[in-house]
Amino acid sequence: MSLLSNTAVLLGKELRTEFRSRELLTTTIVFILMIVVLFSFTFDPTADESRRFGPGLLWMAFLFAASLMLQPCFLREQTNDTLSALRLSVSDPFAIFLAKLCANTLFLALTELLLLPVFGVLYNVPLLPVLPQLALVLLLGSLGLSVTGTTLSAISAQARMRELLLPLLLLPLLAPLLIASTEATAALLDRNPTLRWDWLAFLIAFDVVFLTAVWLFGEYLLEE
Amino acid sequence: MKSPAISPTGVRFENIEKRYGALYALRRVSCEVAPAECVVFAGRNGSGKTTLLRVAAQLVRPTAGKLTFPRASSNGEVIAMRASFVAHATMVYDELSAKENLLLFARLQGTADPAKLVETLLDEVGLAVRSNSLVRTFSRGMRQRVAIARALLSKPSVLLLDEPATGLDPQGVAWLSGTLRRLRDAGCTILMSLHGESELSSVATRGIRLDSGSVIGDTRNGVSLHSILAFAEG
Repeated sequence: MSLLSNTAVLLGKELRTEFRSRELLTTTIVFILMIVVLFSFTFDPTADESRRFGPGLLWMAFLFAASLMLQPCFLREQTNDTLSALRLSVSDPFAIFLAKLCANTLFLALTELLLLPVFGVLYNVPLLPVLPQLALVLLLGSLGLSVTGTTLSAISAQARMRELLLPLLLLPLLAPLLIASTEATAALLDRNPTLRWDWLAFLIAFDVVFLTAVWLFGEYLLEE
Repeated sequence: MKSPAISPTGVRFENIEKRYGALYALRRVSCEVAPAECVVFAGRNGSGKTTLLRVAAQLVRPTAGKLTFPRASSNGEVIAMRASFVAHATMVYDELSAKENLLLFARLQGTADPAKLVETLLDEVGLAVRSNSLVRTFSRGMRQRVAIARALLSKPSVLLLDEPATGLDPQGVAWLSGTLRRLRDAGCTILMSLHGESELSSVATRGIRLDSGSVIGDTRNGVSLHSILAFAEG
């Protein structure tokens, strides 16, 4: 119970600080909108090309958004050593991680929500007929991005060259997730849309494995 | 503020060692702080004061040695506990107001009636008028007051303070000195690092001198508190 109540209190703090400053959300949304718009203008893809390359582009944009958004999540706890204050206050340090994970997933989902209609219009891909299935793929993929990114953000925040370290660690580790998410999205955006359960099962397994690992070893991530 | 109901608890360092690579921050530090004692740690920069306090706060895991909290009432029975800590950094969020910061930590600690406690503490530290202002608009001294209020939220039985007078004006130091004296008299064990003699050192019941990560002087061994603190000034 204390884990859940502590997580809820910390999630409230995460949302309040972000929506008050809007630093992360604004910059990330502007950045990935630029990527999608510039790609559209540069390649001017046909509908078939969009179906073929669009899912990859979409997930690359989400990956860039995640690496931008996740970098400061533990870094800004170091400014005033607030992470130490949190560690002294919570009964289970996993609550700190869980709150950041929930916040990051929420912020990423919000970014995706804003990006999807722009992508649909610019790349002439009808998203509405497959929206529920697409939402499921996005949710599982985003959760994987957030779990991995939040973990690595905690690790890299205490290291030297931390700004470089996160993308260097994150990109190779997320390659399997990126492939599964892209394949599942591509199957949905096909002329004959199908929900690929094999890729969905892979995404679920990825999320469960990383969440369990963080739950087991998360305490060590937060130590000095 | 009314003296809180405190269960007196001591702090025992047994051969504590902390290494960062080849650098020894602490070398086999052993000392026992009795319940309700107020100990001042003094020493030059880099002598290990902050590391020792962070070990006591269990924010830093010692490379070797053991930290325990023996309880006064029960034949040295050791308990698992968290001390309250005022660090050199303020440990509060700049993007939140003073009130939001204290409410956040009070809720995390499961304090009963957090709103009332926070109101009382803000009044006590002299920030009631600015309670809804963001901490980033505060001066260093005001931030330090919020930091001290945060440490007092849990009615600590062990309180750790790392140079707590940083940024405080003379009235602030006088207030802190009075508060620490009240807490000590109520049974709270206090460990703090200080640079030289000040109004705060008058609260101390014991002084320990550190140098290069080792204890090299203790008022228990006949050294005067003045000489321990005067050394730190040098």
